[in-house]
Amino acid sequence: MKRLNQLNKRFWGGIVLALIVYAVIQILLTTGIFDDVTRSTLFLICINIMLAVSLNLINGITGQFSIGHAGFMSVGAYVSAILTLNFDVPFIPALIIAGIVAALCGILIGIPTLRLNGDYLAIATLGFGEIIRIVMLNTEYVGGASGLSGIPSKSTWTIMFVFTLITIVIITNFIRSSHGRACIAIRENEIAAEAMGINTTLYKVIAFSLGALFAGMAGGLSAHTFYVINPGSFNFLKSFEILVMVVLGGLGSTAGSVVGAIVLTVLFTALQDFPEVRMILYSAILILMMIFRPKGLLGSTGISLKKFAKKEATKRDSISSESAS
Amino acid sequence: MTASPAKVLLDVKEASRSFGGLKALSEVSLHINKGELIGLIGPNGAGKTTLFNLLTGVYPPSSGTIILNDQSVGGMKPYKINRMGAARTFQNIRLFTAMTVLDNVKIAYHQHAKHSMFTSMLRLPKHFKGEDEITRQAMEMLKIFNLADQAHEYAGNMSYGNQRRLEIARALAAGPKLLLLDEPAAGMNPNETRDLMNLIAWIRKEFDLTILLIEHDMSLVMGVCDRIYVLDRGMLIANGTPVEIRNNPKVIEAYLGQEA
Amino acid sequence: MAMEYFIQQLINGISVGSIYALIALGYTMVYGIIKLINFAHGDVFMVGSFIGLYSARNLANAGLPPVLVLLLSLVISMTVSALLGISIERLAYKPLRKASRIAVLITAIGVSFLLEYTGVAIVGPQAQGFPEILNKKQYTLFGSIQVDSNQIMILGTTIVLMIILQFIVHRTKIGKAMRAVSYDMEAARLMGINVDRTISATFAIGSALAAAAGVIFGMTYNSVDPMMGVLPGLKAFVAAVLGGIGSIPGALVGGLLLGTVETEVSSLGYSSWRDGVAFAVLILILIFKPSGLFGKNVREKV
Repeated sequence: MKRLNQLNKRFWGGIVLALIVYAVIQILLTTGIFDDVTRSTLFLICINIMLAVSLNLINGITGQFSIGHAGFMSVGAYVSAILTLNFDVPFIPALIIAGIVAALCGILIGIPTLRLNGDYLAIATLGFGEIIRIVMLNTEYVGGASGLSGIPSKSTWTIMFVFTLITIVIITNFIRSSHGRACIAIRENEIAAEAMGINTTLYKVIAFSLGALFAGMAGGLSAHTFYVINPGSFNFLKSFEILVMVVLGGLGSTAGSVVGAIVLTVLFTALQDFPEVRMILYSAILILMMIFRPKGLLGSTGISLKKFAKKEATKRDSISSESAS
Repeated sequence: MTASPAKVLLDVKEASRSFGGLKALSEVSLHINKGELIGLIGPNGAGKTTLFNLLTGVYPPSSGTIILNDQSVGGMKPYKINRMGAARTFQNIRLFTAMTVLDNVKIAYHQHAKHSMFTSMLRLPKHFKGEDEITRQAMEMLKIFNLADQAHEYAGNMSYGNQRRLEIARALAAGPKLLLLDEPAAGMNPNETRDLMNLIAWIRKEFDLTILLIEHDMSLVMGVCDRIYVLDRGMLIANGTPVEIRNNPKVIEAYLGQEA
Repeated sequence: MAMEYFIQQLINGISVGSIYALIALGYTMVYGIIKLINFAHGDVFMVGSFIGLYSARNLANAGLPPVLVLLLSLVISMTVSALLGISIERLAYKPLRKASRIAVLITAIGVSFLLEYTGVAIVGPQAQGFPEILNKKQYTLFGSIQVDSNQIMILGTTIVLMIILQFIVHRTKIGKAMRAVSYDMEAARLMGINVDRTISATFAIGSALAAAAGVIFGMTYNSVDPMMGVLPGLKAFVAAVLGGIGSIPGALVGGLLLGTVETEVSSLGYSSWRDGVAFAVLILILIFKPSGLFGKNVREKV
């Protein structure tokens, strides 16, 4: 019971902190201290947090290396935009439907591909991400190459905040439960997890579709913040950007993903006028991180890539030593 | 063969497995009665681990049947076989190294969890109840194995001997009827090995288990096993009591032949 | 008529496929030896193309005969790209030799973007025309099938390079070392093989082949830009997977097959779906036959 209270204290402490952040920013926005540029940066931060935290569930927690996250984002963006534009569906239901459709895509894509491992899965998710983009490109109903424009601007700070908070809370709750542990076990040793009664396929698909759900909602929010969407805005580059946030923060750490999303979005906005410099910086950060600090910024709380490495090294040893029997 | 009326827990009939052209196991038939402690021995490359992999579903048999507790399990997925009552350890330890000792054991209890994913996501009372139950059971299991004081350490940081014991604790947590141990004493010194064998004998009684034990070292299993099966080059060459096995010329040849 | 049309498309497809095949070889060799999908490989192709462009421009201005311009441009581009490949491996991948494959994969993606955007920073994002080195000649076969000198040059270069590669891999010491390291790196090391040098050699050969593909690509499509490596790079990877990653004949067959399929899809009027088809092929292969047409089936030992 004591532990239960402690958990609750931590939970409510977090909620209170979040509400304070919400109120302060709300005041800054209504009093006009935050201008429109800051506002859109802030919204972008929220969207990117949702994307990074949801990708971390797939890549960092479950260890399934996906690099097609932007595909789910685009599904959500298109679905919600079509719903509000053509069917006059209210914003919030449109967002939720967008998330659900993206999650269904996650299940559809996940079932065949998640039995692949490591870089084969990565390349398959990349392929699916591209296929989604090409389908959008060739569908006249969603505007083809020019995409959709004139999407009503419905995002408000309150909606942004609530959706971001829900994403973090639900994913964190999931990770810190028996079900989340099952996902971590898959990352740690898939064969052992399966031998201990974990339905690994099921949990991989759950993680994948849960990640897709929130990525879809983030896509919907993005469409209704920036008015215009086209297939080009959800290419491999966007998937890569989300991946960098997760890796920068520390694979496997939700807090890290949040920090990574904030840091990179601010950097991104500051370097908006120098797109090449931005990308050079991005990739240099990524390479240097992998070589010198594979744990990421907050890697100590989560699980480091070094541990992966150690595991794989021992696995290799054991495979060679075992090949005899 | 032993004409006892005891209930057969595991019945393998002519199970074969080949990889490409290589026949790793050919037509192996064996049975294990409820409550028995059976040894599976054989020289390197005899196919012992391959047989374990067939029994636990890592890969399906190329032909033949495997009956566990009156149900055919050949070709079933590992997690299903585990839930039907067969749990294993691995020759090369396969712990979740970056998880705590406690969490390692909790994983095996997950299949008995009563709270759904949604109650967890929303932190409903049922979630806390379910989690607390799992934690309680896992701690109890750790106490049995004298690992409770290390519950919050990373499994990867434990000593080799403790890692082996944790793997057994984890397997037991799944609640098996049949426990498959793949060279549990590998890499242990004689003292640790003796302790381990005592522990195995004790859990067998305490948990009412049937145990199949792979061991490379013949002398080790002689003392504890009721019966022994001997594999050589993918074929079953002998089975019987330790005394019978010790005096079986085929077995002696298999071992000497290998050492020559 | 329909048959001739089909053959015409087949010839076009083989030209595109040759380019894929040359790039795919680099993917497959690197994967075979260090189990890394070298995402930056498509960008080495791009760099190779640019170096070919500048060499050809300068050499042609210097008044050299066209055939010599072509050969020298190829050699210069292949040499410089080989050095680039070695440097990438030494600086970015070698420190991660003991890290997880995912860490190396992320690094490779990083290197890819670094090359692309450094390219944009240096030469600008707009496409540049490739100098016309050889005068294009059209030949007509069997009545109506058109073949131009460029297509013959592509096929000729690819075949010559393949023969050289086969010779290196199967007849030389370094080739033997490459095969040994890809079979078992640790055992090879214990047998006294210089693993680092062998890996460097693999990167050098793969990058040189990509550079050759880059020059050919420039001559065929007459347009190069810093992002040109992305799609052919991905497609070549698809080709490598299709043929069975790790297999050299597989890369050739996969490249030619993919090129042909793509051209046929385009010729049927679905050119905007062309890239989609390539990725669909990739996913189908990964799901139903991950070892590809010529690959070995490897599974984790338990």
